[in-house]
Amino acid sequence: MSGLEIRRLRVTFDGFTAVDGVDLDVRPGDLRFLIGPNGAGKTTLVDAVTGLVKAEGSARFGGEELLGRSVHRIARSGIGRTFQTATVFEELTVLQNLDIAAGAGRGVWTMLRRRKGVPEPVARALETVGLTELADSPAGTLAHGQKQWLEIGMLLVQDVRLLLLDEPVAGMSHDERQATGELLQRISEERTVVVIEHDMDFMRSFARSVSVLHAGKVLSEGTVAEVQADPKVQEVYLGHAAAEATADVAVQEA
Amino acid sequence: MNLLKGPSARAAAGFAGAAVVLFAIAPLALSDFRLGLLAKYLCVAIVAVGICLAWGRGGLLTLGQGVFFGLGGYAMAMHLKIADAGPGNLPDFMQLYGTATELPWWWKPFANPLFALAATVLLPMAVAALLGSFIFRRRVKGAYFAILSQALAAAFAIWLIGQQATTGGTNGLTDIQGFFGYALDDPVNQRMVYFVIAAVLLLLMALARQLIQSRYGELLVAVRDSEERVRFLGYDPANVKLVAYVVAAGMAGLAGALFVPAVGIISPALIGIVPSIEFVIGAAVGGRASLVGAVLGAIAVAWAKTALSEEFPAAWTYFQGLLFIVALAFLPGGLASLAGIVRRRRAAAEKKPAVIPVGEAA
Repeated sequence: MSGLEIRRLRVTFDGFTAVDGVDLDVRPGDLRFLIGPNGAGKTTLVDAVTGLVKAEGSARFGGEELLGRSVHRIARSGIGRTFQTATVFEELTVLQNLDIAAGAGRGVWTMLRRRKGVPEPVARALETVGLTELADSPAGTLAHGQKQWLEIGMLLVQDVRLLLLDEPVAGMSHDERQATGELLQRISEERTVVVIEHDMDFMRSFARSVSVLHAGKVLSEGTVAEVQADPKVQEVYLGHAAAEATADVAVQEA
Repeated sequence: MNLLKGPSARAAAGFAGAAVVLFAIAPLALSDFRLGLLAKYLCVAIVAVGICLAWGRGGLLTLGQGVFFGLGGYAMAMHLKIADAGPGNLPDFMQLYGTATELPWWWKPFANPLFALAATVLLPMAVAALLGSFIFRRRVKGAYFAILSQALAAAFAIWLIGQQATTGGTNGLTDIQGFFGYALDDPVNQRMVYFVIAAVLLLLMALARQLIQSRYGELLVAVRDSEERVRFLGYDPANVKLVAYVVAAGMAGLAGALFVPAVGIISPALIGIVPSIEFVIGAAVGGRASLVGAVLGAIAVAWAKTALSEEFPAAWTYFQGLLFIVALAFLPGGLASLAGIVRRRRAAAEKKPAVIPVGEAA
């Protein structure tokens, strides 16, 4: 089975080209990190694949074209995502959050009845993300890292084959990052995982492959070592730092 | 002991208590006149059950429930007017204002009691399904949805006023005498109407409770709190909202239909902008997310309206507006949320002494 195949993907907002002809292949079972400076088009790329923004070109998963379909249909074809800020249903319990995520294919009569007990996949996901103890707590009371894990758990019960995670370890402690990285490695054995990340240490520890985006284009691709050795990548990151320094000066002067 | 403590046991006890109050205590304690007023308030409470579902749980500020209440009310009143007139005769107001010699075509099906009864619920639901699928698919939300609902209520009332020859215009359909063969001026039959309304209210509360506690009810709250997230889980939020909107419309329609025999009239003044807002105020004050809160709030506000507007007819409108704003701004959960707030305050107060020594130790 083929994984994610993106060809000549372009996203423009009012004349500004956020994603400019990206080609990207992620094989099933890969744990791919998307890195790049701010504004490189990483999140927009994920937005395009999940139907949130309009895009030209082609994005296929498992051979199915995704572009042009509505958000909930793309989700139903096995693609799930998280957002930079964890979005869970704060007033519902952890268990209710997971149960809803598990249920997009439920029939009318199941929906109109009360939930009895804990469905098997939900129990497994609770175990996997380590939230079994907190199953009956409102999601709004969870710590930041736990919310991120709940979101990953929601993708697991949703039974997605492709997980697109937008900065899943932002704001996490060192131990939480470690746990999340190990979790992602376990998950990627059966599914395809794409992670947008700024944290280079986290990337070095857990990435199986890396794509570097810059100004809406793929700059470099390969293993962590290959990408780090690429002079173009070094230039962009150094150049980016230099540009930022200039910008800071400009702001201070203004 | 556990049996008595579970939420379903508490609900069953609540329903039993409400049934005793509505079917035994109220008919014994209240005069015929007061019982008739209570019947009217219970109709408002039925609308509030739907509002609790659509607004409290689904986040849809339904400021135009008068449309559905009116559709149900007119469907019922049209049948009763035709029945009052007797076979072959036109309803009284058509003889007064109209030039027609026979019933307009769209009145004719309402001569059939089964059609009319079904229409009181199905007509509002069909209209809501049509409107809702258009509104929710275009992703009209929040204040825009409320304003649109409100405009529809105004438009419907204005249209009815303009069609005097066939709808009775501003007067509406008045002076309704009989209810499926029972004379409505007989207090015994008025009592029967009251019992029917009370039974329907309890039944719809049970139905709404089942919906709220079902998986659908959980999903509805999820859509209310984060529609976009629900979409990424593979659901179409438009359909989720549509169900709540259509069910609420059906309940408002049934309430309108029962209002007609209880009060003997349906008119544009009972279904336009002001009554539509009044439906919402009761639920807001009592607690829109709580079924019991919304129902008791609706009854209380309807009662206060009768009591206070007799004394201060001009001031009531202002007072009502103030009540709405105060409830929304300072107590968004309504009176039903007070118990929870008090409990949390008390828990916080009990916790404090335990926290201070730890702080000192550190």
